[in-house]
Parts: sequence; C-alpha cells; structure tokens
Amino acid sequence: MNTVPLQTTAVSAAVGGGEAATFYVLGTLVVLAALGVVFSRKAVYSALMMAVVMIGLAVFYGINQAPFLMVVQIVVYTGAVLMLFLFVLMLVGVSSSDSLVETIRGHRLLTAVIALCFLVPLVSGLAAITAGEPVGLSAGVAAAGGSIPWIAGEIIYRYVIAFEATGALLITAVLGALVLAHSARTKKKRTQRQMSQDRIRGDHPTPLPGPGTYARHNAIDMPALLPDGSVSQLSINPVLAARNPELQHGVPEDLSYSIGAAPDEKPDTAASDNDGQREDEGSWTR
Amino acid sequence: MDPMNYIVLAAIVFTIGAVGVLVRRNAIIVFMCVELMLNACNLAFVAFSRMHGGIEGQVIAFFVMVVAAAEVVVGLAIIMQIFRTRRSASIDDANLLKN
Repeated sequence: MNTVPLQTTAVSAAVGGGEAATFYVLGTLVVLAALGVVFSRKAVYSALMMAVVMIGLAVFYGINQAPFLMVVQIVVYTGAVLMLFLFVLMLVGVSSSDSLVETIRGHRLLTAVIALCFLVPLVSGLAAITAGEPVGLSAGVAAAGGSIPWIAGEIIYRYVIAFEATGALLITAVLGALVLAHSARTKKKRTQRQMSQDRIRGDHPTPLPGPGTYARHNAIDMPALLPDGSVSQLSINPVLAARNPELQHGVPEDLSYSIGAAPDEKPDTAASDNDGQREDEGSWTR
Repeated sequence: MDPMNYIVLAAIVFTIGAVGVLVRRNAIIVFMCVELMLNACNLAFVAFSRMHGGIEGQVIAFFVMVVAAAEVVVGLAIIMQIFRTRRSASIDDANLLKN
C-alpha cells in the first residue's frame, strides 16, 4: 500500500476523522442490529432489525466511494428483498415465534465455540494489519467519466459472460418461483350439497353467533356473550383467535363482572371445526 | 482510522450471521442470517475495492446482490411450499421431501 499512484495523491482518498466517527457510531449500530436479527424472538422484529443493518451497510458503501451500490443496496435489499421477507412472514404466520429450547444437547455451546474460534483469530489477525491510506477510486472515476460508467464498462466488456449468466439465473429464478408458489387444490372443492349436509349433520346447524353483540362495542375481535354471561367461543373469527387467544377474553370491564369462566370446550378444536365452513361458504352470513 | 476496520466489521457481521444460521430454527430467520453473511462479504468487497483503487470489488458485490435476490425468491417460495404442506416454518419439521 506504500506505492500510491501519483494521480491519486492530489485527490484526497484519505480516511478522515469524520469518517472514523461515522464508522464507530454506525458500526456499533449495525452490529447491535445484526445481534437483534439473530436473537429477537419474533420474526418480524428480526426483519426490521435486518432493515437497520441494510441501511447501515448502504451508508458504508456510500462512504467507501460506491454510490451505485449504495442505491442498489437500498432499492434491492431494503426495498425488494426485505419486503418479500415481510410478505412471506405475514403469510406463514407472524405469531409463530420459535421456542428457544435447544433440541440437540450442547448445540448452543458448540455454536458459541465455533463462532469464537472463527471470530477471535480473524479479528485479531485483521486488526494487526495496517492497510495505510486507501488508493481510492477517484483517479479511475475521473478516467472513466464517472463511477457508474466505469462499473457499466466493466460489466459489459470484461464480465459479460457472468452478466449473461446472471440474466439466465434471474429468468430461472422467476420460473422457479412461479412453479413453486403455484398451488394445486389439495382438497376437492366441496359442493353446495355437501356443505349443507355437513351443516345439518354437524353439531351447529344454525348460523354462528356474530362478534360483539354489546351495545357499545361491535368490533370484530370482541366476543359475543351468551345468555348466561359467558363468552361465546364461536363468535370470533378463527383466524383472530389463532393469532391471539387473549381476544377470546377481551370483554369490556364494565360487562365482565357477571361473566363466568369461558366455556370449557377447547377453542382450538372449535375453531378448526368451523374453519372449513367459514372459508368455503360465502353465503353463510354471520 | 485504518480502512481495515471495515474488514473487521465485515468479519463480525459475518460471524453473527453464521451463528444465526446455526442457532435459529425458523427457516425465514435462517434465510435472513444468510443474507446477513452475504452483506458482510459485500462490505468487505467494497472496502477492498476502495483500498486497492479498482472497481472489480464493486462489480463482484453487484453480482452477489443479483444472485442473492434470485436465491431469496426461490428460497422463500420453497419455504411457502413447505409451510403449505406441513403447516410449519421450522427447519426441524421438514424431514421429508414429500408429504
């Protein structure tokens, strides 16, 4: 690194004090957010922490004279990839928080040992290296007429095979996603005759109670009250009940004084019994 | 501040991502941690590009981003397919290729 070309000495590519301050503040933030990605219990928090990491890295790219990559990082990663993650999270179930119990004995300990074995030699070794003043990209940028023309020239001329290959990869990925995300109907579609038969022969021939039959609250997440004052488990949408079981008991304070315990039947089975009916029958007004 | 600090930061973030891949069992979070590792490598590429005055590091980082985007699309589609058949996004539950 001692042989700095003469052209770049005029243009300052040196690491200034402002950059050092930015590095330490933002680097701490990025490391903390990365730890948050790994150790937050809910997957949505992990995704949001991931956004912090991505944007922090985008700022680092900007500092390191890579404005094109900074924009691509924000547009592609924070904008597209992360939103795709959040979209799939919402589909797969936000509330599916991991149990953090380890299934393999000594798994955590071994992971920590491996991480330390990797991190300590690498960081201590890298910290011992002094790279000196960076050469910087200013000379090349000036010669190519800008940072983006330089990258474009490299991609189109020198790396054109890789460029074409990534094009083929993207097309294949699109086709793969289309094929994988397309779902054939796993169960046969129930006819109206079957639905009416199931309904009459089932244990609940009448329409299900609607939610929120109080005078003051008619929100969809308020359970209806039965004549004896208990909560009707059937009045809540099974999706809401599955997301948050506490909704089953979300009865207003002033009405709950006369309410006994919730009925003993298990809400899960009750919800799953009605699941098919509610999804399939559009005509079943609640 | 020496520019090697960027490489040290990339190593730290890479290790955190690797720990996440080893520890977490939600397939989506495992995927996020893989993305974390890829991003750490990108940071190292960009920092090296500046240190050596060549644009190749940025070009490689750009290709890494493209491949990562394709990988995320296909991976998330697979996760959704597994979730549809097995009703679970945990990587411990996916022990069969076909339900």
